[in-house]
Amino acid sequence: MKLRRRQRERLSLGLQYLVFIAIIATVLVAADWDRLADAFFRVDIIKSMFPTIITVALRNTVLYTLGAFAFGLVFGTILALMRLSRVAPYRWVATAYIELFRGLPALLVLFLVGYGIPIAFPEREIPGGVFGSIAIGLGLTAAAYMAETIRAGIQAVPKGQMEAARTLGMSHFTAMRTIVIPQAFRIVIPPLTNELILLTKDSSLAYVLGVTAQTIEITKFGRDMLNDRVNATPLLVAGLAYLVITLPLSQVVRRLELRYAKAR
Amino acid sequence: MTTTPSRPAVEIRDLHKSFGPLKVLKGIDFEVGQGEVVCVIGPSGSGKSTLLRCVDLLEEPTAGKIWVNGVEMTDPDVEIDAVRRGIGMVFQSFNLFPHLSVLNNLTIAQRRVLRRGRAEAERIARANLERVGLTDKADAFPAQLSGGQQQRAAIARSLSMEPKLMLFDEPTSALDPELVGDVLTVMRKLAEDGMTMMVVTHEMAFARDVADRVVFMDGGVVVEQGPPQEVLGAPKHERTRAFLSRVLDPTHVAHLGQPDQSPAPPQIPSRPADDRHHP
Repeated sequence: MKLRRRQRERLSLGLQYLVFIAIIATVLVAADWDRLADAFFRVDIIKSMFPTIITVALRNTVLYTLGAFAFGLVFGTILALMRLSRVAPYRWVATAYIELFRGLPALLVLFLVGYGIPIAFPEREIPGGVFGSIAIGLGLTAAAYMAETIRAGIQAVPKGQMEAARTLGMSHFTAMRTIVIPQAFRIVIPPLTNELILLTKDSSLAYVLGVTAQTIEITKFGRDMLNDRVNATPLLVAGLAYLVITLPLSQVVRRLELRYAKAR
Repeated sequence: MTTTPSRPAVEIRDLHKSFGPLKVLKGIDFEVGQGEVVCVIGPSGSGKSTLLRCVDLLEEPTAGKIWVNGVEMTDPDVEIDAVRRGIGMVFQSFNLFPHLSVLNNLTIAQRRVLRRGRAEAERIARANLERVGLTDKADAFPAQLSGGQQQRAAIARSLSMEPKLMLFDEPTSALDPELVGDVLTVMRKLAEDGMTMMVVTHEMAFARDVADRVVFMDGGVVVEQGPPQEVLGAPKHERTRAFLSRVLDPTHVAHLGQPDQSPAPPQIPSRPADDRHHP
């Protein structure tokens, strides 16, 4: 039997739906729902995690993330400007830093800040305790990535913008600060948001610094509850808590992009 | 910085400019008097835009000297930001700041460079927006304006710094034909108000009607210059004649048909002085 082209297409599409429905049905039938619910969805355990997971764990995750992001943003911007500097040694130092820190695991850098520096300089203390250590520890790595992003953003601003600003009598510095960099940041908002989302997840590394009940963040809190109750439900709740941060973040960025698209 | 009013607005002596092995300017001697309107014409690649950009030191001359209002631009120790305050520059691609409203485009340099207060800067900005017919666009962003409106806003931005000299680098070349008239009208008014202007342009009608002097450049040198009716109406040099025939509608050349001579330059089609659109 010879099928027409439209008939063949309809048949192919129908088969694909069929396979999909078959797989879902198999999973629904074969899964042991009682055991799954018992392991991952114990309502009493979920209830016992509130409100601490929000008031302490989620709050600390956000604080660590913002701290690391702010540190990385400021330091990354400085590195980006150094990379573009006319002074050759600035370029060398910035390039070396970026290459070095992009090649190191964030965990190693965090150890270095959390334990290496206190051992090397026992009389000094990193300001802000765990918060300061994680902001600097994660921020040092984030700065290396952000520097490259920001440099690309600065270079993406048309040359005529700098020329127009200079012909109005602005110094190179003023033109950079008021004309070029604000436009560069609009360009790099999407990649910087990626960095923010990555940092949100990397903030789970804070546990290596030995957090207390006051400085605990989402992942450590979930793991502690897991040990405590010998049940996987806390991990599910912890996962949802991260999505509460990262999903709205993507939405906010989409809005910002739309707004800036108007002003570009 | 001292300005000597008796000296020309722009003086250029034996200016050379090379980009790598490419010699773009090959010894330019040139002046623009105070209050004079000079149009620079010539084929693309003749170096006219480079010449204009050298005046504002957007391009570093390879050799030669340039003075603007008596200040030597080519002095390595020149306070370039201070001198540029007295020079307005209008670009082919407008170069408005896209992240700022039109009003802030006009106030930002006043505030950061001239240290004017917000109220004064805005007053001057609005006065200049009125001058270019954009009073109602103060709060718009550049992307919301047509090309002609953007270029007029860019002119107003330069004027807000109260320059003594305005440089125009093919200000209408990036515009749709029906928007060119608005910009040229603004420039004509500026010329009538006595502004010193140096204009690189392909608008022959503007050059004929508004310029005090037309300069024809080709191959990195000034070929001839003089009053517009001489350079455009009765050019002495073959190169000028050939350029004018090519620029103006070639069909007109055929109408003139004088087979054994090189064609006399055709009549320049005149453009109405005020063809802006009244909404």
